[in-house]
Amino acid sequence: MALLNKTDWYTPAPFWQNGPAPGAFYHFPGGSTHVDAGGFQRSQAPITTGTSVVGIQFKDGVLIAADILGSYGSLARFRNLERVMKVNDNIILGAGGDYADYQCLKSNIERKILEEECLDDGLSLKPKALHCWLTRVMYNRRSHFDPFWNNFIIGGLEGDKVFLGTVDKLGTAYSDPVIATGYGAYMATPILRKAYEENKEMTKDQAIELLYKVMQVLFYRDARSFPKYQLGIITREGGVEIRGPLTLDSYWGPAII
Amino acid sequence: MFRNQYDSDVTVWSPQGRLHQVEYAMEAVKLGSATVGLKNKTHAVLIALKRASSELSAHQKKIFPIDKHMGISISGLTADARMLSRYMRTECLNYKYSHDDLLPVSRLLASLGNKLQTCTQRYDRRPYGVGLLIAGYDDQGPHIYQTCPSSNYFDCKAMAIGARSQSARTYLEKHLNDLLTCNLDELIKHGLRALRDTLPNEVDLSVKNVSIAVVGKDTNFKIFDEDAISVYLSQIEDDKRSKLAEPDVEQDSKPPQPPPSDEGPQEPQVAVAMDTD
Repeated sequence: MALLNKTDWYTPAPFWQNGPAPGAFYHFPGGSTHVDAGGFQRSQAPITTGTSVVGIQFKDGVLIAADILGSYGSLARFRNLERVMKVNDNIILGAGGDYADYQCLKSNIERKILEEECLDDGLSLKPKALHCWLTRVMYNRRSHFDPFWNNFIIGGLEGDKVFLGTVDKLGTAYSDPVIATGYGAYMATPILRKAYEENKEMTKDQAIELLYKVMQVLFYRDARSFPKYQLGIITREGGVEIRGPLTLDSYWGPAII
Repeated sequence: MFRNQYDSDVTVWSPQGRLHQVEYAMEAVKLGSATVGLKNKTHAVLIALKRASSELSAHQKKIFPIDKHMGISISGLTADARMLSRYMRTECLNYKYSHDDLLPVSRLLASLGNKLQTCTQRYDRRPYGVGLLIAGYDDQGPHIYQTCPSSNYFDCKAMAIGARSQSARTYLEKHLNDLLTCNLDELIKHGLRALRDTLPNEVDLSVKNVSIAVVGKDTNFKIFDEDAISVYLSQIEDDKRSKLAEPDVEQDSKPPQPPPSDEGPQEPQVAVAMDTD
């Protein structure tokens, strides 16, 4: 009778002492005491990754560069992964970190742009708006302990203003005329900052040359890098252009330092 | 009980292809006091005539701010308008949160239009009994939009809705070419004159019964205080009032009439036609 009282429809009593309840698993004696705590695991690490992304503002536009290597751990597994995309006529985006997460967000962004094109109301997404939206998405995911494992650099034009901003997997976001993510934050930022402080009104060609040098330094110093890279260019006159894959010349001068 | 056979529900068609309940809702807009919206190349202006329900009460608010770049003026059921203004404010706020920018006016109106439309196609709902004039400024310049209970919305150069508003529309049509090129002060005065044309002879505009709001380039949406209003009112005092177009006013304020009884086999008709026909 006492057994009957403890029983209810949702938590039935075991068939026998220490035995399985109806609809539950039988835990063999000597096994781990808490086999199934009812939890589940979120992605805790990226799988196929891209390394640094670098971006810089120049006189009348923005450049974003990223190499085309997809690393599988330390294995250089995919050697033609494109990580710089055109979002619309005034935004370009570069991504580092988990490539699958990037593809997921990329399709979301493309859907967003397509929906906007279908409205056909003469308005188009601004880089600052996309930067804000991505920040919200990234922060939301990290708050569910399931982050998109990426670093993004967003560049673009908003009227006659130039925009360059970044978001990481925690939703940390800022905008700056010079941005480098991942290993590039250590290796590329000082070079880019120095060049930018010396000449804030760089021409497009000067900026392209600067990024070439920076990508070269990153290739020599970063063990997950590759001598081929893509270059996203956005200018007032020329609109959006994604160049590449561009090849870096072998030059081992920096190795002597 | 019913005005005719086919108005028992919003979703009921008349054989002539009309939705009588929706048309009745359109009449609710004409019961509210008049309000005028107009724009030039840089600014959009809303001007409204406020009513007091009695000598003892204050004048009922007619203009509501939505966001920094947008506001509405209402005519019809105030309670319904407050539902819509809350919706519009929420939409603007959500867009600001997710995109760090002001919601384009045309986008908001598309979603507001959809919200209004659902009420005209469900048996368990009623249309909103209110007409709105929306003034806003965005990347595409200043806007004046008009919405109806029938869920139609229109992008206007200038518009007036509410009781006896036909006279104001007549004034606006007459001065349409001046509106686009005149400056902000002139625009406000045009609006006031248009609104004054809707008044009966014994009533005049005053700081108590007029509301003015402006939005535009580098100007956030702002409702003027009484001091600012009195400046404009004194400037139009000397101007002559347009002669009242009596037939218009007459038709405009007429309540819906029952259909003639000797129709025979014909369908009974609603006497008041929709503006949007």
